Amino acid sequence: MARSLVAITPAWPGAVAAALVLLLTLGTLAAVAWRAEWQGGLAAADWAAIRFTVSQALVSAALSVLLAIPVARALARRRFVGRKLLITLLGAPFLLPVIVAVLGLLAVFGRGGILNSALTGLGFEPISIFGFHGVVLAHVFFNLPLAIRLILQGWLAIPAERFRLAATLNASVWRMLEWPMLRAVAPSAFLVIFLICLTSFAVALTLGGGPRATTVELAIYQALRFDFDLGRAALLACIQFGLCVLAAFVAWRISIIDAMGAGLDRVVQRWDLRWPALDYAMIAAAALFLLVPLAMVVLRGLPGLMDLPPSIWDAALRSVLVATGSAILCVAMALALSLHGGALVAIIGVLPLAASGLVVGTGAFLIVFPFIRPADVALIVTMLVNAVLALPFALRAIAPAVAAVSEDFGRLALSLRLTGWSWLRIVVIPRIRRPLGFAAGLAAALSMGDLGVITLFAGEAQETLPFAMYRLMGAYRMEAAASAALVLLALSLSLFWICDRGGRTDADL
Amino acid sequence: MLTCKALELRQGDFTLQADLAFTPGQVTALIGPSGAGKSTLLAALAGFLAPESGQVLWERQDLTRTAPGARPTSVLFQDNNLFPHLTIGQNVGLALRPHLRLTTDEKAKVSDVLAQVGLDGFEARKPAALSGGQQSRAALARVLLADRPVVLLDEPFAALGPGLKDEMLDLVQGHLRAAGRTLIMVTHDPADAKRIADQVVLVAGGIAAPPVQTETLFANPPQALTDYLGAG
Repeated sequence: MARSLVAITPAWPGAVAAALVLLLTLGTLAAVAWRAEWQGGLAAADWAAIRFTVSQALVSAALSVLLAIPVARALARRRFVGRKLLITLLGAPFLLPVIVAVLGLLAVFGRGGILNSALTGLGFEPISIFGFHGVVLAHVFFNLPLAIRLILQGWLAIPAERFRLAATLNASVWRMLEWPMLRAVAPSAFLVIFLICLTSFAVALTLGGGPRATTVELAIYQALRFDFDLGRAALLACIQFGLCVLAAFVAWRISIIDAMGAGLDRVVQRWDLRWPALDYAMIAAAALFLLVPLAMVVLRGLPGLMDLPPSIWDAALRSVLVATGSAILCVAMALALSLHGGALVAIIGVLPLAASGLVVGTGAFLIVFPFIRPADVALIVTMLVNAVLALPFALRAIAPAVAAVSEDFGRLALSLRLTGWSWLRIVVIPRIRRPLGFAAGLAAALSMGDLGVITLFAGEAQETLPFAMYRLMGAYRMEAAASAALVLLALSLSLFWICDRGGRTDADL
Repeated sequence: MLTCKALELRQGDFTLQADLAFTPGQVTALIGPSGAGKSTLLAALAGFLAPESGQVLWERQDLTRTAPGARPTSVLFQDNNLFPHLTIGQNVGLALRPHLRLTTDEKAKVSDVLAQVGLDGFEARKPAALSGGQQSRAALARVLLADRPVVLLDEPFAALGPGLKDEMLDLVQGHLRAAGRTLIMVTHDPADAKRIADQVVLVAGGIAAPPVQTETLFANPPQALTDYLGAG
């Protein structure tokens, strides 16, 4: 490669961003490792938490992938009105606050939900959503769309010529083309989802609990929040970190949200299409499973919207402020790291994938606790942690765009003395507005819906909207919780839409 | 005078040696087969490539460690000479102010130079609204305005049709050379060299030869040039 004489931007912003990421990932890890009480070993309850964490993730991932296969197959080979919209919607759960989805699921499968009303009406015993199957249900709800997208990608990657060849040979498309593709794609989809399910605290918090349905992260929360047993919380955090490292390694290699559905609107011409009704039934069932809970949130939330207590609106304001700050910080860090470039930056950029919010939160708690009342810094810490955890996704959008701008215009800018701040202001930012807006929207929505680190720190005066909603659910104020969920959903999607839209409007490239 | 003193460039396995001087106020064409290192030499003159050894000198000043923006050189690249999201006025104005806050006086200068290249009143348009030839003119206007004594042209008109290319070369001749600039132009087309170059540097076989008068060179071409041009 050609050696460059000068850097177009200074190195310090990238260094500052890298330092912040390292502090919040490795720094907090060091704090938990240092405070962990190893000598006591693992209690029976800890082993139970590990077993539950792994087994629910295994079952959730297996179910998600198995159910996704027929839906993806149907989507790959049928053309119908609304197909594109449906595929776009399959990307939405990434932006959906977990607690909103949980509330929707409760409205369908919960004690007073549609399903149980029907069952008791027919004279059956009602079912309970809490515990193992509730956690699995929520995980399937969240990850079925992801599994469908990943497997659909596999289906659409089969070249059209192969289908023609199979048709002329009168060979079985399933045996010749589809089964080999699934054997390659399904295991990686399974792995990604397994690893996501290892680290989804909010689902376990709302639907799990008790000795038989506690995940490691939930155990951390309980040790810290109820027992104030810092040594045990730190030990559990180390265990969770071990699980997460595995997660990061694989998640890094397999893309989760790439391009938000680009290229998935292709339909290959095929000659083996019998049973259209079966395909459409699969698609309809999946759509119902995903859309009815969300519709229930809207239906149940609307009536009480005007009667929400003022504390909820305060919490909403806090959430918007945290999400905005987190998005700005996240995008600034992603930009600084992208401008810096290099292999070290790439590694730092994916480090947060290995970090569980709860582990980082526990570490941060241990660091600030001797000096400040944790509740006083709850919002700042939440903002920082959210920004860092969203960084890998922001980088994936921003880094290639910045690299392309440098490649196309770096030399021209250098020869015009267009360096440093001018380069950023006049060239880079205008040219990467789209990925910048998308990344900011993603970071804002993720932060808006986050119910992780905040639970370790906040008192009532620092509640964010998801946390306030969680407390309403805990107090069985389901009407108010549904209205709060509607507000949360609307705010999350609006924040994403505003940012993403801002990047697209008037962006002539 | 721009001089390459015992200059050695390296990119991977590729090396190029140059020990020559470019006559001030004249047009020098760098000619030779593709991959011979014409653009590499230009990149070193512009400051994008640090030499393995040797120096680039301007008058008596060593430029080897000088940043591209601080050198007495303007560059016209093969493509991406204009920022697509900036107006033509802003693109040209960058020659005066990298931060783009132009005074009224400076804005008048931008309008002047645009008029000179035949783009009167194009200030507010974006590059995408211009034809290929007009875009080249806008880039040329910026070089004119930049007022740097050396202009490096890395085949900026290669994508234009032959007629348009000749028109642009004549414009370069008529404006930049007439203003006393030293022009160094990469080309793979001998016709370009014959059209506007006073002298030619042959870049072949890892060496950039010292400049020779254009007529002399083509009247009595050395082996490396006939190899490149082909028999006849």
